[in-house]
Amino acid sequence: MKKRKAVITESECVACGCCVKVCPKKAISVFKGMYAEVNTDLCIGCGACMKECPASVISVEVFEYEDKEN
Amino acid sequence: MKTKKTKKWYDYLWIASTLYLILGFFNILFAWLGLLCFFIPLMISIIKGTKTYCNKYCGRGQLFELLGGRFGLSRRKDIPRWMKSKAFRYGFLIFFFAMFFIMLWNTYLVFAEINELKQAVTLLWTFKLPWHWAYHGTLFSPGVAQFAFGFYSIMLTSTVLGIVTMALFKPRSWCVYCPMGTMTQLICKTKNKYVTKSLNK
Ligand code: SF4
Ligand code: SF4
Ligand code: SF4
Repeated sequence: MKKRKAVITESECVACGCCVKVCPKKAISVFKGMYAEVNTDLCIGCGACMKECPASVISVEVFEYEDKEN
Repeated sequence: MKTKKTKKWYDYLWIASTLYLILGFFNILFAWLGLLCFFIPLMISIIKGTKTYCNKYCGRGQLFELLGGRFGLSRRKDIPRWMKSKAFRYGFLIFFFAMFFIMLWNTYLVFAEINELKQAVTLLWTFKLPWHWAYHGTLFSPGVAQFAFGFYSIMLTSTVLGIVTMALFKPRSWCVYCPMGTMTQLICKTKNKYVTKSLNK
């Protein structure tokens, strides 16, 4: 099954937290003031964070998941 | 499918940021309050090693979010590559601090009674705006007021820069090159150097 997930280029993230504020699933968080990271279990790939990110370091990409485990 | 978010008290800190700029228009000594926007984020990053200030409390970030987002005063375009490069971000941080120390030096000169108080706000480190109506004398040295004029200049300058990049790019573009944001991130990166990732199985 194909699923869309947010992907962050950590090296360019400024850790502002704009993405955290708009995520409807609480799937994204800023890790220790260094960069944001996505919890792929929660992310639904809606792209809200991508639109908001002032540094434009988020993209939504399609991943292939094994059908059995969700 | 949006989950409704309940607003917290700190989601209204943009009011404080706006008030700050307005108060400085009437009495420049209010500019001293701006030191909070320097020390709070610094303390949080030094003590806790997080950017909670940026992530939650910063009223300026919220103000840009509101103006650029809700009020639509932003083109919502991607910021140019060079503006998010480390070279530019760190360069701007150094430049900002250099200007900050020059401001402190000018304050010292007034404290030491070598220079006279200049009742002006300097925008973008270049343009001198008359601001004398906001000065009603001070109980202490005129140096107290000189610092206030200098500090207000910094706050106004960064607001103007932030509004320009808000209009051109995403609402909170200022956060990409904000010296406080860059500095607190650097502190966090240094402090948490050996901490491994939390999520991402
Ligand atoms: S794509 Fe949507 S669900 Fe996933 S992290 Fe971004 S805002 Fe949250
Ligand atoms: S909005 Fe962008 S730059 Fe800011 S923390 Fe999220 S991913 Fe990083
Ligand atoms: S980067 Fe600067 S303006 Fe943005 S939230 Fe942090 S302190 Fe505020």
